[in-house]
Amino acid sequence: MRQQLSAFFASRWGIILAGVVIGLLAALLPKLGNPPNMGVCVACFERDIAGAFGLHRAAVVQYLRPEIPAFVLGSLAAALLFGEFRARAGSAPLVRFFLGVFAMIGALVFLGCPWRAILRLAGGDWNAIIGIAGLTLGVGIGGAFIKQGFSLGRSRETFKIAGGLMPALMVGILLLALAQPAFILISEKGPGSLHAPILISLAVGLLIGFLAQRTRFCTMGAIRDFVLIRDTHLLLGLLAMIVTAFLANLALGQFKPGFEAQAIAHSSHLWNFLGMVLAGLCFALAGGCPGRQLFLTGEGDTDSGVFVLGMIVGAGFAHNWLLAAAPDKLAEGVLTVGGPGLNGQVAVGIGLVFCLVLGFAMRERFE
Amino acid sequence: MKTIDTTGLSCPEPVIRTRAALQTLAAGEQLQVLVDTVTARENVLRTARSLKYDAVAADRDGGMVVTITKK
Repeated sequence: MRQQLSAFFASRWGIILAGVVIGLLAALLPKLGNPPNMGVCVACFERDIAGAFGLHRAAVVQYLRPEIPAFVLGSLAAALLFGEFRARAGSAPLVRFFLGVFAMIGALVFLGCPWRAILRLAGGDWNAIIGIAGLTLGVGIGGAFIKQGFSLGRSRETFKIAGGLMPALMVGILLLALAQPAFILISEKGPGSLHAPILISLAVGLLIGFLAQRTRFCTMGAIRDFVLIRDTHLLLGLLAMIVTAFLANLALGQFKPGFEAQAIAHSSHLWNFLGMVLAGLCFALAGGCPGRQLFLTGEGDTDSGVFVLGMIVGAGFAHNWLLAAAPDKLAEGVLTVGGPGLNGQVAVGIGLVFCLVLGFAMRERFE
Repeated sequence: MKTIDTTGLSCPEPVIRTRAALQTLAAGEQLQVLVDTVTARENVLRTARSLKYDAVAADRDGGMVVTITKK
């Protein structure tokens, strides 16, 4: 039975099923309270968690999003059930930390990670097309580096308890989300104040985590594998997610096509593009999209855990140093185009240089 | 038979190294790819089969090995 299930999840229909379920649930969560086009956004949710911990003081984006710990714990459950939990460590953790920091900065200049880029597209936010174009270029550059021998080096097996550390942290985050002690900050207005009921978010997150661990669903990997070796396996899952979320958005009245004044988005095209070039490059060099990093963390991959922590710390810097973009504003019929300020633009530049230096410097010869 | 060790490498490095190693082989020769995650095993198997080569996986010494026969 377990073998048959594993074979199904590894098949084309398995990844398509995961894409359909994720697309449907991600379109439903805004209806149940999540911010628009933000049924799932790993970067945004980690940014909200950073805010809830007080790592930044942007009052509108502070909330302990249960989806993030649920992703990890759903993946952990799947890994344990199918005998795939393997604690491992030692593949350039510090480099991964900084890749996580810059991935978050790039994502917050665009205002969303690849998951939200897909959901924004499925909701009619055409700025996402530019973001996804940037993402594709970033992933393509990262893929080219990997083809030339870029490597973060090998991980090795470590003590099981080490692999359990991030899942334990996630249990802690869930308990804090349920208990809501006074030292956890919660937005009273803005995106952080918009959320589905906690148990629904938790259940959705657990299901997505479970399915994604079994099928290896990865938004960045979908693009990378197609660009690099014309493998369409993961891409099928991504396309299934887009189509399902689009149809669900249409049915739920959430499809609002256009470029300007989209929800929690800006129409500064250059920075939508460059922000996602940076994010895509970071995800490609680190071997997985922000969701995949969480799912790997659930399997015992502590290096992915370090990347996740880098993203959370990066969110703190992004808001404390005003690197994140401002959304478009529409007041009395006058549109003010948002986007990043000078700080954010410089940070994207530094991030791109950082990634390019890594891409050229960290190479191994192989044949 | 050529053997490459891809244990501990992040996705997609096992696949990239497998494809590079296959290019150096003549038709009929075999390649052994050592992997340490089920994901890498699945990816290497899928890559080999997409190239229409025979590929089988087996457990070995606590890890896994994928044997590919180039056609």
